[in-house]
Amino acid sequence: MSPTVKPPASRAPAGIATWRVEPEAAAVELADVTFGYDARPVLKGITMTIPRGKIVAIMGASGSGKTTILRLIGGQLRPQSGTIRVGGLSVPDLDPEALYHLRRKYGMLFQFGALFTDMSVFENIAFPMREHTELPEELIRDLVLMKLQAVGLRGAAHLMPAELSGGMARRVALARAIALDPMLVMYDEPFAGLDPISLGVVGQLIRRLNDALSITSVVVTHDVYESLKIVDYLYFVSEGRIVASGTPQEVRASSDAFVRQFVDGAPDGPVPFHYPAPSYRDELFADVR
Amino acid sequence: MSADVAGALSYWLRRLGGGVTGAIGQLGYSTRFLLAVLWQTPAAFRRIHLTLREVYFAGVLSLVIILMSGLFVGMVLSLQGYETLKRYGADEQLGILVALALVRELGPVIAGLLFASRAGSAITAEIGLMKTTEQLAAMEMMAVNPIARVVAPRFWGGVISMPLLAALFSAFGIFGGYVVGVRLIGIDAGAYWGQMHAGVDFWPDVTNGIIKSFVFGAAVSLIAVFEGFDAKPTAEGVASATTRTVVISSLAILALDFVMTVFMFRGAR
Repeated sequence: MSPTVKPPASRAPAGIATWRVEPEAAAVELADVTFGYDARPVLKGITMTIPRGKIVAIMGASGSGKTTILRLIGGQLRPQSGTIRVGGLSVPDLDPEALYHLRRKYGMLFQFGALFTDMSVFENIAFPMREHTELPEELIRDLVLMKLQAVGLRGAAHLMPAELSGGMARRVALARAIALDPMLVMYDEPFAGLDPISLGVVGQLIRRLNDALSITSVVVTHDVYESLKIVDYLYFVSEGRIVASGTPQEVRASSDAFVRQFVDGAPDGPVPFHYPAPSYRDELFADVR
Repeated sequence: MSADVAGALSYWLRRLGGGVTGAIGQLGYSTRFLLAVLWQTPAAFRRIHLTLREVYFAGVLSLVIILMSGLFVGMVLSLQGYETLKRYGADEQLGILVALALVRELGPVIAGLLFASRAGSAITAEIGLMKTTEQLAAMEMMAVNPIARVVAPRFWGGVISMPLLAALFSAFGIFGGYVVGVRLIGIDAGAYWGQMHAGVDFWPDVTNGIIKSFVFGAAVSLIAVFEGFDAKPTAEGVASATTRTVVISSLAILALDFVMTVFMFRGAR
């Protein structure tokens, strides 16, 4: 029996031609995207382009809207206005079936791995293959071992997620994210909570896998040091807007106040140390008056 | 009317309105959720091993508590029933009393309550934790529908398990009644089984008990999967969703039992 990947074009749902990925289009394009929860705006006119084959970092302080951008690209959220195109397809306009079809071309690494806790490492990586392909079990086994070998964890195939360290879990999740050789891999805080060795390993894996598999990577992070080593381009997001962008060299040389605060890790600056509050003096002496 | 009173009135009216619209919204959301589960059922049944696995977790692993409870309930029922029946010289009717009480009411109701506490809470906690740890989001991003892969098998696992558990509860209860009534008290075994055989009909007694347990299974399973899926993705959110499952399921079982009993046994005897 020859292995087949489902659904092949002949079995794809009607209207597939209208949402087939354009090979020449930029991997991801966001134009003037706004988004908010109820009355609270999160993104205020985000415009960015993520070219094919590149690693682009989206950086910013916690709560600046970075992860929301990933969720919009993934179609988990719909923008209030603006356009989001992935491979030439307008993500918000896709019906659920088309969106699920597009997501088969995605890989996503969640902040804490999001491994299925009732499955072993092997089963976690085999999961998307079993869900979306009709590959024979022997081939799935070989593919899983190849993915694990790529992240250096072939020997951990039999372990359960609870037996893994944070760095190992992140690497297993990375192997799962590339299980179906995706077009686009999104990383949500891949460096958070890792020790320096694991941090370097994960960073290098992102770069190596991106180049070896010719994929496009979007890395949401606030780890400047590690990002500058591996990415091709950076966007800085603050309070829902892009406040700076550039290559790692440009960022290092930048005199922009926000970039400098971020790169130097300064506690105060364009991103204030204090949460907005009434005058300290007024509040302390309120009772005296 | 002073400004303070008007302000307080406005505040309470807003709260009342918010509560009512919130409840209506939740009802609509849960109905849509049920429809989504039913819509995804064929996809879930195509991989029947997922549902069978849930029958094992919700049903087989609940057997100990169900069987032990059934046994003790039957024993107590037999003791209490004997004391009452003896006053009227009808102690040989013990078999029919134990069997009817278990098959019609106590079997489905107590098994349902135990099922809600043991399996329902576990289902809610599991789905809630999957949501908290982004496993459901990961599934969605892998183009796998979590309703079809996670929710529908658990729902149907509960629906299938519950009538079987209720039947076993009743069977063990009847056996417990036999142990106390016949072996300990000394009622004639032939009378115990013979009265039961003559007085309990498959229709309506047994059938209605099965229908009740099926409805309770569907209600508890739906509440459990919905609360898990709708839980706030925090430790506190999962804890309160688990509590809600047990409380709402228990009240739903008792309320549904009353409504069904009214319709099923009205004028039956």
